[in-house]
Amino acid sequence: MAAPARKDAAREAATEARLAAMDLPKGGFTTMARAAALARVRAAGLPSKRDEYWRYTNPAELTVADGPEAALFAGQVEPQLFGARDRLVVAFTDGRFDAERSSADLALEGVEITRLAVADAVDLHWARDLYGALEADGQQPVVRPLAALNTAAATDGVLIRATGRAAKPVHLVYYHESTTSDAILHHCIRIESGAELTLLETGPAAARFSKVMEVDLAAGGRFHHVRAQGRDHSRRAITHIFTRLGAGSQFKSFTLTANGVLTRNECVIDIRGDGAVAHVAGAALGDGATGDFHHDDTVFVTHDAVGCESRQVFKKVLKNGAVGVFQGKILVKQGAQKTDGYQISQALLLDEDSQFLAKPELEIYADDVKCSHGSTTGAIDDTALFYLRSRGVSREDATALLVLSFLADAIAEIEDEGLQAEIVTRLEGWLARRRKG
Amino acid sequence: MLEINNLHVKLEAEDKPILKGVNLKIGAGEVHAIMGPNGSGKSTLSYVVSGRDGYEVTEGSASLLGQELLDMEPEERAAAGLFLAFQYPVEIPGVGNMTFLRTAVNAQRKARGEEELSAGDFLKVVREKAKTLKIDAEMLKRPVNVGFSGGEKKRNEILQMAMLEPKMCILDETDSGLDVDAMKLVADGVNALRDAGRSFLVITHYQRLLDHIKPDVVHIMAAGRIIKTGGPELALEVENNGYADLLAEVN
Ligand SMILES: Nc1ncnc2c1ncn2[C@@H]1O[C@H](COP(=O)(O)OP(=O)(O)O)[C@@H](O)[C@H]1O
Ligand SMILES: [Mg+2]
Repeated sequence: MAAPARKDAAREAATEARLAAMDLPKGGFTTMARAAALARVRAAGLPSKRDEYWRYTNPAELTVADGPEAALFAGQVEPQLFGARDRLVVAFTDGRFDAERSSADLALEGVEITRLAVADAVDLHWARDLYGALEADGQQPVVRPLAALNTAAATDGVLIRATGRAAKPVHLVYYHESTTSDAILHHCIRIESGAELTLLETGPAAARFSKVMEVDLAAGGRFHHVRAQGRDHSRRAITHIFTRLGAGSQFKSFTLTANGVLTRNECVIDIRGDGAVAHVAGAALGDGATGDFHHDDTVFVTHDAVGCESRQVFKKVLKNGAVGVFQGKILVKQGAQKTDGYQISQALLLDEDSQFLAKPELEIYADDVKCSHGSTTGAIDDTALFYLRSRGVSREDATALLVLSFLADAIAEIEDEGLQAEIVTRLEGWLARRRKG
Repeated sequence: MLEINNLHVKLEAEDKPILKGVNLKIGAGEVHAIMGPNGSGKSTLSYVVSGRDGYEVTEGSASLLGQELLDMEPEERAAAGLFLAFQYPVEIPGVGNMTFLRTAVNAQRKARGEEELSAGDFLKVVREKAKTLKIDAEMLKRPVNVGFSGGEKKRNEILQMAMLEPKMCILDETDSGLDVDAMKLVADGVNALRDAGRSFLVITHYQRLLDHIKPDVVHIMAAGRIIKTGGPELALEVENNGYADLLAEVN
């Protein structure tokens, strides 16, 4: 694993240039956390492509002071994903809270919900112990300076505390309407003992988007997360999820990414309580013909408790020079016996121009564990393609069916079947738009 | 119905001839059987006729109802009325059997300029046909052929055939791996589809399937050629004496 980023003059200059171009909020209850985070950014320096952890993804566009412009989505607008469901909507347009597009009243049974920008006017808040705390923990053993920068600079976000079973899902909807927006949002979510929440996230958010989500699960808490990162082609995004799991708690996260010139989704899972379960999955589809596509899933799971289960299921469908990256690690600490760790990353290359770069890792210090990882890169199976075509299905439709077949395991990680079906419909739409004739 | 003339085929990847001048003419409503030792080219013949990649036709022709087959895409051949029940049906995880069947049926209807079946109508027809093949609702919901037993896979092939109502059905070793009961079920499924406008080519190793699906004509294939053609008695001869005598006779 990479050592902390090297200190060097170029890195320091780049970091200071970036900071100088930012308007760092002073914060209320977050003041201390922001200051500490800023110190972490300066200590590590912003990442560069020479860093081991950024070997496959060049972070330049994520770190440069002025982010590249991003054209707005010009395709046909579909009905909003999850839009027909009963849910509480919190909308952000280019990183700014959008009251008009949000639910009239941010009140929900079983949940306390506030905006960071509102809560941060005062010194006391339940999120005070959480804001930046999991992010700070997640800087070991690999530094994640862009997450620290987010903690220091976030302008808004939501603070959600589930105290019971949330009456309906919370849906964060991100709109992108400015070609130059550079949005930084930070969400804190605390699931109290035995509480349960489903969080939905959709939309591209901004020309350049930085998001950190810290999810703290008390014993027996359950958190379901389904997100889709929008259809915009030219947006850039760096997102981090940091989660800490208490005993018997459950964390499940699924991400759909179709399009996007640059996406890096990091997920840092810290399993602290016995018998906890963490599943993280992703389906990414990229077609270089409609804009560059570079998609990176970087996952780090730490098992530090007994009898826990973790699963990582990542699938990528790549076409026309699209690039997929997967870096996934399972670290089983001493004493984390009866760990069940599973990791699979697979790419389906629809042509010879695309590539998949994978770095799966296991590091195990306990003896009674079951851990496995696998990574494959392949093309559409000729035999299956012929089988479908021999039944009268066109080559294009047969290919689409086989793509869905390939993605099925990742989608199956979504617990709710209705949400699964909505994701599948979106995938079918994406595939249909890429069919000949 | 199906007419194959002097068909020569080699593997695309290596310069290996597999079919060396196959002639075959199947009339409407007829049932033909092809028997022959392993490796004689029976599956290759079925693949080439249905349009699988990887083979090169170096000579000869094949037509279905007067339409040249060899220039058509596999899906066009299917829409024209050709069906191949695979020797090894393919598993497709994540795609429900029902979705697969409906996609196939509607794709063919569309290609023929017919209206697509509504979900309701489709369901009714599938359930009815599945029932006679003892395919339960659970099997229809499961991903295509995933976790199916050998017999279930073969019955699933026959279900597809029943749904697609092809004119020319090629069955490649549909009896292999089946116990007597399963074989009877499959044979009943095939016999139910026998019709003056529908023909069958049954590829098999054993005479026993032909006790249930009575052929009009039996061909013996060896080393890429049809070496002998006769009536049902030819199958019995093979059953009793094996291929050795026949091969010797030809050589
Ligand atoms: N894709 C292939 N690659 C290599 N050899 C093949 C391939 N397909 C067929 N063959 C060879 O062609 C011959 C005929 O095979 P096949 O048509 O499967 O025979 P049968 O169905 O009569 O048992 C065999 O020698 C087989 O090994
Ligand atoms: Mg064979």
